[in-house]
Formats: sequence, structure tokens, C-alpha cells
Amino acid sequence: MKVKLKVWRQKDRNSPGEFKTYESPALNENMSFLEMLDVVNEELANKGEEPIAFDHDCREGICGTCSCVINGKPHGPHRGVATCQTYMRSFKDGDTIVVEPFRAKAFPIIKDLVVDRKALDRIQFAGGFISVRTGSAPDANSIPVPKENADLAMDAAQCIQCGACVAACKNASAMLFVAAKVSHLGLLPQGQPERYKRVKAMVAQMDAEGFGACTVTGSCEAVCPKEISLDFIARMNRDYAVALLKGDPKPISGGGAG
Amino acid sequence: MSIVTGILKSSLGKKYIMAGTGALLLLFVIGHLIGNLQVFGPPELINNYAHFLQSKPVLVWSARLGLLVILVAHVTTAVQLAAMNRAARPVTYAPTENVSYGAKWASRYMLLSGLVVLAFIIYHLAHFTALVPGINGAEDFRKLRTVMHGQSVPDVYGMMIIGFQVWWVSLFYLIAQGLLFMHLQHGVSSAFQSFGFRNHVWWPRIETLTKIVTIAIFIGYALIPTAIYMRVVGADYADKVRAELKQDGTVSPAESPAAGKETH
Repeated sequence: MKVKLKVWRQKDRNSPGEFKTYESPALNENMSFLEMLDVVNEELANKGEEPIAFDHDCREGICGTCSCVINGKPHGPHRGVATCQTYMRSFKDGDTIVVEPFRAKAFPIIKDLVVDRKALDRIQFAGGFISVRTGSAPDANSIPVPKENADLAMDAAQCIQCGACVAACKNASAMLFVAAKVSHLGLLPQGQPERYKRVKAMVAQMDAEGFGACTVTGSCEAVCPKEISLDFIARMNRDYAVALLKGDPKPISGGGAG
Repeated sequence: MSIVTGILKSSLGKKYIMAGTGALLLLFVIGHLIGNLQVFGPPELINNYAHFLQSKPVLVWSARLGLLVILVAHVTTAVQLAAMNRAARPVTYAPTENVSYGAKWASRYMLLSGLVVLAFIIYHLAHFTALVPGINGAEDFRKLRTVMHGQSVPDVYGMMIIGFQVWWVSLFYLIAQGLLFMHLQHGVSSAFQSFGFRNHVWWPRIETLTKIVTIAIFIGYALIPTAIYMRVVGADYADKVRAELKQDGTVSPAESPAAGKETH
């Protein structure tokens, strides 16, 4: 099969970008979308043209590095699948495929289809962690966790931080990502000490990065390669409201360390 | 960070404002509907209700002021959020057929449906509260008076009947109700989401509740102009009021000399 690619080309962060159209060489329909880009790039390199830059790493749907908006949908046509596991058999011979980078103010373009998603890392640094004592590992199952909480926490923990939720949202909102991280840690006993401090810090960082707000359209849930539920956004909203009601902790007055 | 800055400044806090003010406005919409449905009773019923409200100026004006504050908060926060959301994606995607995957139509056009409803509210206030003449396509509503408890009071029943017999007024009301229905369909369930009242058990229930409430509101409000325009309700009353107005109208200063001659 052969396809026509309409790809966003942009030299760097500050240059203006534009769509360019390329004809693919003959493809095997069982190639992944990224393998197709590899083949197209090989041909471009042979012709002495600049290959299309795109993000990729594990190519097995677990690292969250691949991105791309394919025909208007982040991670391509399927549900619960990342770009790397989208195969050419999902397209028809002769199709024109529009490939764009994830677009958001908080995701500046580095080159072509590669965007800078460090804003998500900075949100994680703000509160997406727990405090543990160092030393030998604790015994397994020494802290009882209700099964349903463990299951929910695992659902949230599936987030691979790819940023498709931001790319899909009409408001470029990172709520689903932040909600997944807040819920994952907030559901487990190990995450309780920082639970309310965490949600406030992560939401503050999210707002500072310039992401939009949530309109509950459900687009993020629809494109998430890990099918993370909007329920978690409600959980974050609830935790944030409780955190605001609790107020800031009492300031430490003088003296201190004992 | 205090709770006030948290609510006013953060994206989540602004959604709490939207949800909270939206819930209060929904309560008003329901109460207002119950009041208006009295038009299906005898003329005295709704006129008596209107008279009761007007006889409590402190109550009415504090409710009006409260509603104004709530509405202003709802609209200004919506505009702030829209600006923030637009700024979050300065370069948009190439147009494709795929853009709204997973998103209901109502959820994508909340600002638009809200602004049309706002325009409707302004018209509605001028139409039936301020009684601005010349915008209702019918009589000057200030002339419609009736006697209640020995006092001359506005004939609210007559205004509604005569007002909704104008086809374009009824049509505009129906369009506005359609958009309000769309706005509420997304807004009511999303308010629960914004306050965090949602999980996999409660979400289907919340959506069902939203459907029941919004459909009931739409049918209730749409019934009023439709029934009146189809002359199912109050047609005789409207004809009577119009005839009375015409009689009064002939006693205008220009024609009175002629009328005077006839009596001679």
C-alpha cells in the first residue's frame, strides 16, 4: 500500500511551521505508524532532504514518548492505543493522512512533530511524590490496602504521561494527567501524608504552565492510550476543595528542631 | 493560599464558581417555571401570584439583586475561563472531521449557548419586567391593568397571552429554551463533576437525573408560548382585552370632539 502524508514541518521553536505533502514508498500494511515514518524518512534522507523529526522510544505502548495527532486525533484512530501501536492496516491504500504535533501553549514545538512536554515533569516535581524512609525495603503487604482502592490506584497509575489528554482537549487542559497522578498517590496509604499539599501544589503548577481548564467534554478520556477515566478528575476536584477548606498548615513559630 | 484566592485564581476554583452559581441559577429556573405554569389556571391565579410578589418589595428586590450578582459571577467567570482556554492553544489544528471525538456537541458550545441565553434574559426582562413598549410586537403592556383586592395591578395573565400570540416572540422564546436545554444538559451533570461528586456508581445516576430535570424544564417552558400561540390557552381573554384596549383607544384626544358631537 501507499499513502500520502501531510506533515507539519517546523525547523525549530521560533521558526514558523507549515504542512508539507509527501508520497510514501510502497508499505507493508502490518508496519506500525512509526515504522512507516522510518521508511519515509529513509527515502527523504536518500534524497538529501531533512527527515521528519518525531518522538519515539519503546514502541510497545508503555513509555509515553510517541505523540502525533493523526487525522485530528492524538495517537491515531483507535481507542486505548498509542501511536506506536497504530498499524498501517488501519488506513486505506491511497489515503491522505494529516500528521501534526500535539498543540498547546505549554508544549512548545522543538522540531516538526517533537514537542517539549517538560511542563508535565514540572507538575510531577511540584507534588507527584511520596516521602518514604530509606533503608531496607519494607515487608510486602505490611500495609493493608483495600482491594478496590488498590485497583483504582492502579487504573490511575497507568498514566504514561504522554500528554494526549492535553492535545485532545479543546482547552489544552492537563486535568486528566494531573488527576491521574493526584489520584494514584492519594488513593494509597503511602500517599496520605502529602495528600492535600500535593493536590494544591500540582494544580498551582498546572495553572502556572498555561494549561486550560476542564469543560468535561470527555475528549481526553476518549484518546487516552491507557483509557484513564474522567472519574479521576472529579476525585482531584474533590481533594482540591477539601484542601482549600482545610487551609494551610499552622506556620512553625521559632525554636523548631528538637 | 487562602480559600478565597484558591477559588478566585485557580482553574479548579473558577470551575467551582461556575458550578455553584450555575446550581443557584438552576434553582431559580425551576422556581420561575413553577410560577409561570400558573398561566394554565384561571387569570386570577397568576395575577394573584404576581400581586403577592409585588407586595413584598424587600423580598423581590433582594432576590433580584442576588440573582444579578450570581449571574454576573457566572458570566464573568465563564468569559475568564474562555480566555484562559483559548490562550492555552495559540496554534490550532488543521480542520479535520475528527475533532469532536468523544465530546458531546453541547459540551463544545457552552459559551455560545450561554451567551444566547444571556441575550434572551435581557430581552425577557425588557419584555415582561421593564415592559419596554415597542419590542413585544403587540400592545403597550403598561396599559394592561386589572383589579385585584381593590387595587389596580398589572395584568400579568393578559401580558403573557397577548405577548405569546406574536409568532416571532414565541419562536424566539422557544429557540432560547432549546439553547438553555442544551446548556443545562451539559451544565447540570458537569456541576457535579466540578465539585467532585462523581464516581463510576454515581455518574450514570447523575446523567439520568440531568436528563429528567432538563427535559422537564424544557417541556414546561416550551409549553407556555406554544399553548398560547396555538390559542389553546386564554384566546378568549386576549380577544376581550384587545377589544377593551380598542374601546379605550377611541377616547383619544384627537377623536373626542367627534365623539362629543354624536352624543349631542
